[in-house]
Amino acid sequence: MAPSRSFTWSRRIFLTLLTGFVLIPVYVMISSSLKPLADVTGKFRWLPSGLTIRPYIDIWSTVPLARYFVNSLIVAGAATVCSVVIAVFAAYAVSRYEFRGKRVFTVTVLSTQMFPGILFLLPLFLLYVNIGNATGIALFGSRGGLILTYLTFSLPFSIWMLIGYFDSVPRDLDEAALVDGCGPLGALLRIVVPAAIPGIVAVAVYAFMTAWGEVLFASVMTNDTTRTLAVGLQGYSTLNNVYWNQIMAASLVVSVPVVAGFLLLQRYLVAGLTAGAVK
Amino acid sequence: MTTTAFKDPVREASPGAATRERRRTGRIRRAGLPYLLLLPALVLELLVHLVPMVIGIIMSFKELTQFYIRDWGTAPWSGFSNYKVSVDFNAPVGNALLHSFFVTVGFTLLSVGLCWLIGTAAAVFMQDSFRGRGLLRALFLVPYALPVYAAVITWVFMFQHDNGLVNHVLHDQLHLTGKPSFWLIGDNSFYALLTVSVWKGWPFAFLIVMAGLQNIPRELYEAAALDGAGTWQQIRRITLPSLRPVNQVLVLVLFLWTFNDFNTPYVLFGRSAPDAADLISVHIYQASFVTWNFGTGSAMSVLLLLFLLVVTGTYLLVTSRGRRASDG
Repeated sequence: MAPSRSFTWSRRIFLTLLTGFVLIPVYVMISSSLKPLADVTGKFRWLPSGLTIRPYIDIWSTVPLARYFVNSLIVAGAATVCSVVIAVFAAYAVSRYEFRGKRVFTVTVLSTQMFPGILFLLPLFLLYVNIGNATGIALFGSRGGLILTYLTFSLPFSIWMLIGYFDSVPRDLDEAALVDGCGPLGALLRIVVPAAIPGIVAVAVYAFMTAWGEVLFASVMTNDTTRTLAVGLQGYSTLNNVYWNQIMAASLVVSVPVVAGFLLLQRYLVAGLTAGAVK
Repeated sequence: MTTTAFKDPVREASPGAATRERRRTGRIRRAGLPYLLLLPALVLELLVHLVPMVIGIIMSFKELTQFYIRDWGTAPWSGFSNYKVSVDFNAPVGNALLHSFFVTVGFTLLSVGLCWLIGTAAAVFMQDSFRGRGLLRALFLVPYALPVYAAVITWVFMFQHDNGLVNHVLHDQLHLTGKPSFWLIGDNSFYALLTVSVWKGWPFAFLIVMAGLQNIPRELYEAAALDGAGTWQQIRRITLPSLRPVNQVLVLVLFLWTFNDFNTPYVLFGRSAPDAADLISVHIYQASFVTWNFGTGSAMSVLLLLFLLVVTGTYLLVTSRGRRASDG
């Protein structure tokens, strides 16, 4: 049956307004990144007085953007890979085995989701400094410390989602693999993981985005050489001038890889959420 | 978000004594395996969440100022004095914390409510296919995909007093305000924060509800249409009730994320937020790192955690989803 007229009209109006709300900041980001400095320091204009790609050239020299970019890439990439691998193992254990302490584990992992990040910030900072003093392993100020921190941020959600996803993979499949002589790891890697790819991709996207966008820990736990984009972008404001066109250009450069990857993988994300999280 | 029963009835009832025997020995041999698989996750959770939490609780009972930060173990014990300061609502510190708490509660309720409403409406409107649906869906996910700092810094630019879009539209173009307003200081900052938070947060609700909608069997709608139910009636009688379990989880997650959000206010306002938008995370950050009183900051964090535990516990008990979760 075709939807009613009142429904189609409500839909048109609602979706039009929402599109405007969503797109205006995106438009501002793109258009301002192509404006000369005079345009962004004076009254706001919808259209640039002249297009220039100058901001895209200057962003790399005003602050060491390339270095921040590489730092972010290393930190977020490593955190994602580690978090996905660890979550796959943990979720497989919870999904396929009965063992003492299973409930305690799941409840504890889930409850860390509710803790405010601010609660961990200072203790973690002190802990990393102490570990560094005691063992010589530099965690504070290093990329390693940040990777370690970030991968635990996405871990609870990843484990949670993958448990649901693995539960939806028929047990007979990996049982059969076990009977046929696969070890438990073989069954996991050859049967369960391939069948759960959408869930795993969804979890990886989530982990990467969490790490790429984190501000609080990045601002406290990095130094000049390990600074990530989240902190580095603040460098475009000087005492004399705020280079808004460069800030917008840098924001765009920083966003494009994540947004593109996200949009490419969004189908997986919805599929992953459907099976893993929304059952 | 899921906590279905972990036991598989099919396997439980599987026939064949030989198979069962083989399985049992296999089970014994692999008894340590689940723990081995969990080990990395356990170690990390311990190191990065549980140990710091214990340290945080210990710190909240210490007189921890910048003088002791290098060797925090030697800071003198102060009993409950950090807590007393935090909850003494007649004194400046406690009073500011209470104010920040109420701002955060109000902000969170409004933001979660709006995110849920917009996300659900968008998902329901886009449940059936129409031309351009795929494109719209991709566009709507952009705010969620954008890194927080890049997105929020764009809003900072838009909220600028002299060269921002918001004042240009409201004052210069629509003549709604007598003179250009300040958005990032003063009372307006609450609305600025709310706008950004909703803009960033609603696509997550959209995503989850969209996923939830895919689990509603088409036959339900067909049956309802045969019985003469119109589009709106179908939404009210089928879609919304079917979404209830999804919504219960969604609202809880949105609540926790919004309540604890640090990134948005920090990028929007910097290290100290204006009074009207003084969210609790930034408030505690400021109490710890700007005024250098880590003991009091820790006590505030612990109080915040207790509050969240009580709220979440109550919520889980009240919702049926939670009851099932705790049985799992």
